[in-house]
Amino acid sequence: MSEAAAGNGAAPGGLEAVIGLEIHVQLATATKMFCSCALSFGEPPNTHTCPVCLGLPGSLPVANARAVHFGLMIGLALGSELAPRSIFHRKNYFYPDLPKGYQISQYDEPLCLGGALGEVRIHRVHLEEDAAKLIHVGASGRIHGSDASLVDFNRGGTPLAEIVTEPDLRTPEQAGEWLRLLRTTLRALGVSDVNMEEGSLRCDANISLRPAGSGQLGVKTELKNMNSFRFIERGIKAEIARQAKVIETGGTVVQETLHFDPDSGAITSLRSKEEAHDYRYFPEPDLLPVTIEPAMLEQARAAMPELPAQRAQRLTAELGLSEDSARALAFRGELAPYFEAALAAGADPAPEPQALANWVTVELLPRLQDGEDPGGSRVAPAALAELVGLVGAKRVSVGAARQVLDRLVSDGGDAGAIVEQEGLGAIGGGEELEAVVAAAIAANADAAERVRQGNAKAIGPIVGQVMRETKGRADGTEVASLINAQLGV
Amino acid sequence: MSAGLLELGAAAARAEIDAGRLSAAELFDFYRDRAAADRDADGSGLGCFTWVAAEAPAGARDGSPPLAGVPLAVKDLFCTRGVPSQSGSRILEGYLPPYTATVVSRLAEAGAPLFAKTNQDEFAMGSSTENSGFGPSRNPWDRDRVPGGSSGGSAAAVAAGLAPWALGTDTGGSIRQPAALCGIVGMKPTYGSVSRYGMIAFASSLDQAGPLTRDVGDAALLLLHMVGRDPCDATSLEFPGSLATPTAERLDGVRLGVPGELSGEGIEAGVLDAFNAALEQARGLGAEITGVTLPHAPHALAAYYVIAPAEASSNLARFDGVRYGMRHIDDARPEDLVAMYTRTRHDGFGPEVKRRVMLGTYALSSGYYDAYYGRAQQVRTKIAEDFRAAFEEVDLIVTPTAPTVAFELGEKTGDPLAMYLNDYCTVPMSLAGIPAISIPCGLSEGLPVGIQIAGPAFSDARVLDAAHALEGALGFDGSAALV
Repeated sequence: MSEAAAGNGAAPGGLEAVIGLEIHVQLATATKMFCSCALSFGEPPNTHTCPVCLGLPGSLPVANARAVHFGLMIGLALGSELAPRSIFHRKNYFYPDLPKGYQISQYDEPLCLGGALGEVRIHRVHLEEDAAKLIHVGASGRIHGSDASLVDFNRGGTPLAEIVTEPDLRTPEQAGEWLRLLRTTLRALGVSDVNMEEGSLRCDANISLRPAGSGQLGVKTELKNMNSFRFIERGIKAEIARQAKVIETGGTVVQETLHFDPDSGAITSLRSKEEAHDYRYFPEPDLLPVTIEPAMLEQARAAMPELPAQRAQRLTAELGLSEDSARALAFRGELAPYFEAALAAGADPAPEPQALANWVTVELLPRLQDGEDPGGSRVAPAALAELVGLVGAKRVSVGAARQVLDRLVSDGGDAGAIVEQEGLGAIGGGEELEAVVAAAIAANADAAERVRQGNAKAIGPIVGQVMRETKGRADGTEVASLINAQLGV
Repeated sequence: MSAGLLELGAAAARAEIDAGRLSAAELFDFYRDRAAADRDADGSGLGCFTWVAAEAPAGARDGSPPLAGVPLAVKDLFCTRGVPSQSGSRILEGYLPPYTATVVSRLAEAGAPLFAKTNQDEFAMGSSTENSGFGPSRNPWDRDRVPGGSSGGSAAAVAAGLAPWALGTDTGGSIRQPAALCGIVGMKPTYGSVSRYGMIAFASSLDQAGPLTRDVGDAALLLLHMVGRDPCDATSLEFPGSLATPTAERLDGVRLGVPGELSGEGIEAGVLDAFNAALEQARGLGAEITGVTLPHAPHALAAYYVIAPAEASSNLARFDGVRYGMRHIDDARPEDLVAMYTRTRHDGFGPEVKRRVMLGTYALSSGYYDAYYGRAQQVRTKIAEDFRAAFEEVDLIVTPTAPTVAFELGEKTGDPLAMYLNDYCTVPMSLAGIPAISIPCGLSEGLPVGIQIAGPAFSDARVLDAAHALEGALGFDGSAALV
């Protein structure tokens, strides 16, 4: 990623942060990665289990072909090299959420290698199984100080795609923005619910600092399992600050795995390099290598939808949107469909695409709750389209249209009807506005005199009165020219 | 006709039932009672069984299934729903699986109902069944001697007439070696031909279920109903070609290769004598005997004792006290998870299992993987290539099954390496995944000697045919072991 794109960089003191992400994506298959149990979320504990996902003696895994299909789609979306033959490995360690004492994952021969999304290069994508869920019983709900720990195996064995980026990110904001793009891409693919709160999208960050512009990498730490976009940005920011302080006070950063507590903002060590597991990876003897037949590849290709990056290009090419607008719409997956639905709603007069794009991103989004999908709001795409069309035809002023939008956001409904009801239709080019202007000039004689004498700024109070009188229905530019005309300026 | 029942092999018993001269229920009860008597005899029995059915399973006598209801003894490590399946380990004492291994289900459906579970070395690690967490089994030819292992309970039960036939598993020789030491037939089929689903794993890339029977015909009959792809085992496949009850009585034109590496040094003289006499019999049946070379075979044992423990160290990680089986809390640190793991595995596993888990863990460790596991896999590939090359020149390979006859209880328990040498002749075939059978070929010092016949992958039918022909010529009499 270019230095310019790095923005104002969160690392202080001539230091630059180098950030790479590891993202775990729960795949939305019907069944688990290695058995035929249905995937579930929020169901009574241990109701979706079988000998295989409980790791009972004698049970054997069988790989889920659908998960491989989804993995290939992810690889295609990221422009990865798809391995004609990849293998599953066992990653051995003891923990109660891991019933076999090993996780079936991929190691040195993953399904997808390389690729890029936006300006961030992809290192690899591989398939693996999710661990079970531990529930710590007791006041804190955390492992320390709990009375007991229970294991819910419903989640155990859920298919995961692990996506690892190259260390191409430089700021927390960039990391958050890129992760949103990844989420949009995965959602467009239909391979995952990508819901961070429910854990179907989870993110770890590898963070190191170095002198700005240096080609070398510093010692990195791994920040584990941040479960919302906000926490990710805050967590990375906090870790950059921590490392910067270590360096500035003459210390050295130690390679370790860290946990960010969003409540306190504290970063605590989970384990250091010395305590790092030796996972004793070896090829899983219970599974055959995954060989990608041409038919599987064709199937994955055929299932590929339009991806956000492609969509942004199309919006620019076909509709003449600015690149910024096109990306703003396409990279937040729910915006582009909303925008396109509005454009296709057949509003008369039809909205101009760039104006509609601006209304979606600049006016509508800030009026919604943080992260709310406009498609789920009360503002129907057709209503927004009508409103923007009316503005374009100068039948509603921008100011009045904002009032209409406020109403749409709170109550929904039809833009034209609200304009009518509230009497918000534009007045302009007619005697009504001329009369209001004349009255305003008369009421502000001093200001009018100064305008006549060449003080253009003095027009303010007169315009203000016209706007008040017309409740914002008049177009500001038109009002100003009417005033100037009547004053003979 | 109880006295006569004992003389019937499984196929013969099936024929009696089909002819209406014997009821499946009578046969079931006959073997159930004999097994129960051995179980109840405590120290004075053969120690073959870890569980004996109280009654025949419901539905087992319905219809006229292909195996007619001839009851089956099954090695402890096969999961059997609601029946203790402990793999010879204290860590699984009393464990009742909620499901049944595919191969046991298939055989039950074919008319061979489960009537007893048999003793074994813990997690199939051993060559004498002395490593069982539930006490050793004994050899019916001489009760002071071991039956071999790890499927020693199955082998001793069949040899003693306590079971008409039995299922075992073979990882490096665990069917063939006890079959040889007990004077019966034992076969390891081609890897992948029988589902491993429900077999408590020792070494996944080597484990294979197979029959232990009184004669080759019974082995073929049982195997016939075992093979086939199982959607629950990704490494299983549809058996190519067909298996049938063998009828061959001659070996005309069959080229038998004798690998010098596995038929000379290290093999007991009496075993070699019996082996060579069997080769003469084969020649008399028309076989052509030639020498072949398996240059990497002498390294097979070393490779095996890296690969098998490596896989085992991972396969046995699930026995952690969290979900099933033994859980021992460390009194000094009752809330410490790692202490619970440690205490449970310390108390639950026997010394041989611990030895192999440590070996395997070491072999897979960062920095050692290439030197041990990686290297062992290369040797494994070389051994498979050796066999392929040899099978360009000969049809089948023959060796003694085990280097010695049955040894005395306790004789080798203090010397793991001496114990491991029991598998010297059987491990190469396991690493190559090829089918191999052991049939009794005579006595040495009054104890049985086995000859091993191996063929290329999926030549199981040819192996059985040759074994059948040779068996007829050898005329081995195992009745001395019947109790």
